[in-house]
Amino acid sequence: MKLTGAQIVCESLLREGVDVVFGLPGGAILPLYGVMHQYPQLRHILVRHEQAAVMAADGYARTTGRVGVCMATSGPGATNLVTGIAGAQMDSIPIVAITGQVPRPAIGRDAFQETDVTGITLPVTKHNYLVMEASEIPAAIKEAFYIANTGRPGPVLVDIPKDVLQNETAEFFYPEGVDLPGYKPTLEGHPAQIQKAAKLIAQAERPVILAGHGIILSRAYDEIRELAEKSQIPVITTLLGISSFPTDHFLNVGMPGMHGMAYASMAINEADLLIALGMRFDDRVTGRISAFAPDAKIIHVDVDPSEISKNVRATVPIVGDIKRVLRALLPQVQPSLHPESVQRIEHLRIEHPSHRIRETDKLIPQSILKSLCEITDGRAIIVTGVGQHQMWAAQHYAFKESNHLITSGGLGAMGFEVPAALGAKVAHPDKPVWSICGDGGFQMTLCDLATAVENNIGVKFAIMNNNFLGMVRQWQDFFYDKLYTATSYTGNPDFVKLAEAYGIPAIRVTDKAQVEASIQWAEQEPGPVLVDFMVEPEENVYPMIPAGESLAEMIEEPYMDYSPLAQAEGRA
Amino acid sequence: MVTMTPRHTIVALVEDRPGVLNRVSSLFRRRGFYISSLAVGKSEQPHLSRMTFVVEGDEDTVEQVTKQLNKLIEVIRVSELNEEDIVVRELALIKVHASATTRSEIMQLVAIFRANIVDVGPQSLIIEATGEEDKINALYNLLRPFGVRELMRTGRIAMSRGTLEGRGERGAVQTNGASGGDRS
Ligand SMILES: Cc1ncc(C[n+]2csc(CCOP(=O)(O)OP(=O)(O)O)c2C)c(N)n1
Repeated sequence: MKLTGAQIVCESLLREGVDVVFGLPGGAILPLYGVMHQYPQLRHILVRHEQAAVMAADGYARTTGRVGVCMATSGPGATNLVTGIAGAQMDSIPIVAITGQVPRPAIGRDAFQETDVTGITLPVTKHNYLVMEASEIPAAIKEAFYIANTGRPGPVLVDIPKDVLQNETAEFFYPEGVDLPGYKPTLEGHPAQIQKAAKLIAQAERPVILAGHGIILSRAYDEIRELAEKSQIPVITTLLGISSFPTDHFLNVGMPGMHGMAYASMAINEADLLIALGMRFDDRVTGRISAFAPDAKIIHVDVDPSEISKNVRATVPIVGDIKRVLRALLPQVQPSLHPESVQRIEHLRIEHPSHRIRETDKLIPQSILKSLCEITDGRAIIVTGVGQHQMWAAQHYAFKESNHLITSGGLGAMGFEVPAALGAKVAHPDKPVWSICGDGGFQMTLCDLATAVENNIGVKFAIMNNNFLGMVRQWQDFFYDKLYTATSYTGNPDFVKLAEAYGIPAIRVTDKAQVEASIQWAEQEPGPVLVDFMVEPEENVYPMIPAGESLAEMIEEPYMDYSPLAQAEGRA
Repeated sequence: MVTMTPRHTIVALVEDRPGVLNRVSSLFRRRGFYISSLAVGKSEQPHLSRMTFVVEGDEDTVEQVTKQLNKLIEVIRVSELNEEDIVVRELALIKVHASATTRSEIMQLVAIFRANIVDVGPQSLIIEATGEEDKINALYNLLRPFGVRELMRTGRIAMSRGTLEGRGERGAVQTNGASGGDRS
């Protein structure tokens, strides 16, 4: 039987095992929505803004490892997806975005709601398609899913003209495999390189592991743990590598870089070997490259060959999937101890206790996040926006579960916190999902609180409300003479009333004493809730290595009590 | 013109699909790679085209260019050719002012350079020249005093020497499938 293009899209999505799609219709994609009732297995979640559709698909993808799917109409619908697509590209998230396009005869004529979506998204997708025949839809969708979630994952966009969806019919035939002669990701590491890596590890005296997002993407949790434990190598996790290795593990040193733990950055700089696994030496990690890890040889494992020696030259490069490479490497790694190195890091940790929170009666985000961690036993899925609260979440939530920090790392897109949390919760209805929001970022996507209500998506929203674009204010504080130009929000709405207007129970917390009770209250509420934490407005994130600088320029927390007693107590 | 930045010849075998050239040129622009020439045409295999790029930059840049090109789904094979061991050609069309008095002098130059005159107008000649870039530069410089009205060059196309088809190319190959980054 012949099916329309629209039906073929739905059939193809079902063949890919898609169970949920986030989207918002419009003229060009309406034929697809017109047949959706025939496919009740495809759950469609209607959003308020297309950015939420793609970021929800992102949150879904990150927390499941499966492809997240979103849909939008041509023109403004599709352009609203772009920020989310760019974020997925930067963070290697498998997403398939399906967009309607104006009918074929109208293409290129500046028709109503026509934009060159494949052109616009070309540099921010792993690949994209403009499908000009209904009969080509199955292969395009098959390839899109395959490309999105193999090798280094990433977003793929499929743009389909309205008349192809509506007027054209074709015999439906879903291909078994793909024919992509130009796309054959290398998964197995080269044996000779792996041997060299094992040798370097055996020779190293001060090795550290730099664990990146790649560990999570290839689900290599057991392997990294085995490597770390087998030869007692401290593990430093990048922002996106957090929760790839248990935070409370004695070998976990924490996050390095701009707002990382001072001792983690120091350990890198003193190391004689960096074992970089699925990380890309981002400038937020390295600071000034010329001063980064001056004494270290580097083993760099990544599935994307172009990451190798892009920013930092590798001594032993290995192209391959992290899990497979580690599995091949582990038997060749000799059990060993690096007591001096481990002790040295302990010592740095005592001298530079960046993980500590200063004693104060004020309501500061650091202690809120610590309480949240305690009450949720370090097992909640934490989704953040971008800015100070993001860094504090990374610093003070001690993750016990793998892959539980969901954050926009590479693009750093404010507004991610609301929709990505929705996607995560849709994927994991039984797990607690906390959206840690900035008052700035929250207001970029808060319209989708309505989506949470309509679909009863029980995300706990916690706003770290400083009435500032906090991180930018901090830069102004440090580098622009405290001139808070355009960072102060003096007219923020009453977020509690706002939430209530959406039908979301909400409370305001102004006092440190209310923190625990408010978190417990939120945990017990079945549906979405909001807690508006009125935090210290001018709190800064420490430590900070200014952009483009080295460890020598690091700014550490000034008010901290550095007395030996306090240090001894704060160690835990 | 003397340039200090080394030039590298890169050849890519790509699928003949709409938008491929756009993907490739967008990549060069966004990564800040400088291409001094780009030539595209069909290959011996159906639905596949071959592109020749001349890229300026150091070894690291060329390595990145190659790897980034390889990441494009429609790029099947990328290789940097060994400058010592390639045949390089470029085609140029040069429209030069030619009066009754200068015409024979120009024709002499054309003969020396084994170029051809492909069009004769009342005031001008069109010269077709093939060869390495230096030869075309030399011819162009000699013709300039006569008044060059228009110059059009295809950019370099290049092929490895050797008997087996595609061998040299494959020798330096970084296919997507090979452990590309493993050569350090
Ligand atoms: C979409 C977007 N616009 C601008 C920025 C630049 N920026 C980075 S952090 C930040 C402030 C974020 O403020 P808020 O969401 O309130 O979080 P806070 O830093 O106060 O915790 C801004 C404006 C960004 N990252 N994303």
